[in-house]
Amino acid sequence: MVEQIPNINLAWLVPAFPLLGFLVTGLANRKLKHNQAGIIASAMVLLSFLVSVVLFFILRASGQNEATVTLFNWISISGMNIPFALLIDHLSLTMMLIVTGVGALIHIYSIGYMHDDERVNSFFAQMNLFTFSMLLLVMGANYLVLFIGWEGVGLCSYLLIGFWFKNPEYNYAARKAFVMNRIGDLGFILGIILLFFTFKTVTFSEIFVQASGFQVGAPVITLITILLLVGAVGKSAQIPLFTWLPDAMAGPTPVSALIHAATMVTAGIYMIARSSILYNLAPLTLNIIIVIGLATAIIAALIGLKQNDIKKVLAYSTVSQLGYMFLALGLGAYSAGVFHVTTHSFFKALLFLGAGSVIHAMGGEQDIRKMGGLRKKMPLTYFTFLAATLAISGIPPFSGFFSKDLILSKAFEHSIILYILALGGALITCFYMFRLLYLVFFGEQRLAGAHPHEAPKVMTIPLIILSVLSVFGGFLNIPSLFNGDSEFITFLQTAVVSKASEELSHSTEIGLILGSLLLLGLVIFLAYRTFVSKSIIPAKDGEPMPFFSKLIANRFYIDEMYTTVFEKPFGYLSDFFYNKVENSLLDPVVDEIGFTTSRVGTLLRKLQQGNMSFYLFAMVAGILLFIIFILIV
Amino acid sequence: MVFLFYFLSAIMVISALLVVFSKSPINNVIYLIICFIAMAGHYILLNAQFLAVVHIIVYTGAIMVLFLFVIMLLNLNKAIIPQKSAAARILAVVTGGLFFLVLIAATRQTFVITPRYAFTSEIGLVANVGKTLFHEFLLPFEISSVLFISAMVGAVMFGKRDHSVGDD
Amino acid sequence: MNEITSAIQLIPLQHYIILSVTLFSIGMMGVLFRRNIIAILMCLELMFNSANLLLAAFSAYHSDPSGQVFVFFIMIVAAAEVAVGLSIVVMMKRNVESVDINLLNRLKW
Repeated sequence: MVEQIPNINLAWLVPAFPLLGFLVTGLANRKLKHNQAGIIASAMVLLSFLVSVVLFFILRASGQNEATVTLFNWISISGMNIPFALLIDHLSLTMMLIVTGVGALIHIYSIGYMHDDERVNSFFAQMNLFTFSMLLLVMGANYLVLFIGWEGVGLCSYLLIGFWFKNPEYNYAARKAFVMNRIGDLGFILGIILLFFTFKTVTFSEIFVQASGFQVGAPVITLITILLLVGAVGKSAQIPLFTWLPDAMAGPTPVSALIHAATMVTAGIYMIARSSILYNLAPLTLNIIIVIGLATAIIAALIGLKQNDIKKVLAYSTVSQLGYMFLALGLGAYSAGVFHVTTHSFFKALLFLGAGSVIHAMGGEQDIRKMGGLRKKMPLTYFTFLAATLAISGIPPFSGFFSKDLILSKAFEHSIILYILALGGALITCFYMFRLLYLVFFGEQRLAGAHPHEAPKVMTIPLIILSVLSVFGGFLNIPSLFNGDSEFITFLQTAVVSKASEELSHSTEIGLILGSLLLLGLVIFLAYRTFVSKSIIPAKDGEPMPFFSKLIANRFYIDEMYTTVFEKPFGYLSDFFYNKVENSLLDPVVDEIGFTTSRVGTLLRKLQQGNMSFYLFAMVAGILLFIIFILIV
Repeated sequence: MVFLFYFLSAIMVISALLVVFSKSPINNVIYLIICFIAMAGHYILLNAQFLAVVHIIVYTGAIMVLFLFVIMLLNLNKAIIPQKSAAARILAVVTGGLFFLVLIAATRQTFVITPRYAFTSEIGLVANVGKTLFHEFLLPFEISSVLFISAMVGAVMFGKRDHSVGDD
Repeated sequence: MNEITSAIQLIPLQHYIILSVTLFSIGMMGVLFRRNIIAILMCLELMFNSANLLLAAFSAYHSDPSGQVFVFFIMIVAAAEVAVGLSIVVMMKRNVESVDINLLNRLKW
């Protein structure tokens, strides 16, 4: 037993602040004036960020790698003892810092963005609840506490996607997200049950100690990891459960930035990284993850090429980037996956907030075909957006370069085909991101009557901070190639057990980087020629286009496929049960029972006429029969 | 003595039947009084002297007089006494007969039990009954007074002219 | 006197039972036979008394005075019952102008 680190019990404050904020803003919803809720909520998240930073230094000063803070004994039944405990280690600290740090910036941004909304107080209450749930998710010391957070973020995601619930389409999107997440959650909870069944505990540390007793490829571990993977696939929007994420863009833009880009969708990656010891024992599952991740990365990137809604493009790019993270996990490079989570949370939050700023300026218009020429009107937004675009495209020395390059080199170690496919996905990413950038900020303004203007300071300052992070975030982990010592990866190594792999030689690595840079440059140039020099605007919705473009523009008809394969048969089945089974079988039977009773009652009512003579007769007859019965029996 | 038993029994049964079949209410009461006097004779035959006296006083002296008073008070006579239909009356006789048969059949299954106490003819005397009554059954005796009070209150309540509902 | 006290030993208990049953059945028949509520009350008294007779007979045969005390209590109850019952009859006559039980047909509610 390691000795208690002084002051580590502060950890409970981290989730407590957002919870307090939720209670205050939620309960005093009507009492608060227009901006107060936003200020309270942002302050709470900021406080919790500060506590996280303090915790970071406490842990570092103590020299230990992890600490468990047990708040209370939650479930204690014979043979089942589950404490409500928080785990502070390098992985959860990383995630805490991301959630609270990026979360605080997005909260502040929201003060400006949601300023005119009438339900702004509810918005901040839900955002705080989300932050609380997400913190529980990343801080829980066992799978059950993690699951509370997991469900909590699912709920908040539902609430916030459907925040503008007066629009039925948004409601539909919220419901879709909820249902798809539920499919994943089912796998997740089955996985937890199986974990408990196998190990008789759900606490991470105890499971991982016991797991070393299992053989690599043990069937039960493989089954557990696959079930957990189903949960992660649902939450992190991977194939086949990814279609909810683009629809989730129905929510306000800060929600998309916080939940559907920076934090919640990375919960699946966090969970797999947390269970790295189990996954190392299941090579089959890892291979499945590679396939899922790569397929998602490429398909989502392809779809992103033809989207015309600024937020949808970013949504597909998120799905695609999540695919890269899965790829890293599947390759056993869990730390690389988490590193990409970190950098991605910076630049994707920035992209979404920038997009929010653009939408704000355009008066709610989201179609990139109607934008253009915003570079001069909104220089600050343009530069931050550019930084994020360069980062996501993997241009050095922006943050995305370091994380993506790490994943690509891991893929190269594994097999050259993986590398080529992954690189192809990265090139597509680069293309559609620059397409977005060029269409929105270059050329002539195409929407008449709009007067774009720079957003207020409360919105631009978070943008600036995030752009700084996006630019320099990569330096957290400078590879040995550039005389760094991969600090971030080393830092995580205590909490996440990555698979050992041989290092690439520096010359190979330089070759790969140069090659990919060359291709990236080519792609950027191509995008420039297409969208700036020739100023080609994507076709309008109804216009005919080549088969392949049409396929992509219609998102490979995946939604339609789900409709045909799942929704319609279920609909038919429901119709069948409703029309045939219920209406013509069950209903008449139930009705008939009622009618028969009523008819018998009508008949029997004739006996009850209040005629006392008859009652006397009946009574005597009854006594008579009774005595006869006694005599005979 | 055996003759006396059968004689009294015959009087009882005949007068009881007349109570049922006679139409005039006054006649009914008279026949019932005859029946009860015969029953008092039976009590004497059983050497239950206390019961015989109480029976005469309570039933013939009080209850039957009450009946008579009510009949006279309500001015009931043969003409306004309703009769059941013939079918119902036959059914009633048949049911009564059946009941009789079944009960007789039931008594055939009885068996003789040996008495708990040695035979004595003294138990029906006032002294013996009084001892039992005020010794073993004192509490029920006292409670019965409560019953009487409540019955009296009830009777007065019912007898009062009802002003809330009614025909006046 | 001596003759009377020993008379019960000459008559079998069975005969008392049969007599009681006969009276009880006649009373029962009367209840079903009549529509006049006063006559029905009288028939009820008849049934009461058949039960009394049986109790007294058993008491005498078993030489146990408790049975006769029971009879005494039954008489108390009967007196109370008649008092209340007859007041109900008076009220009924006053309200529905009749003593016909077939007019009391509101029991179904």
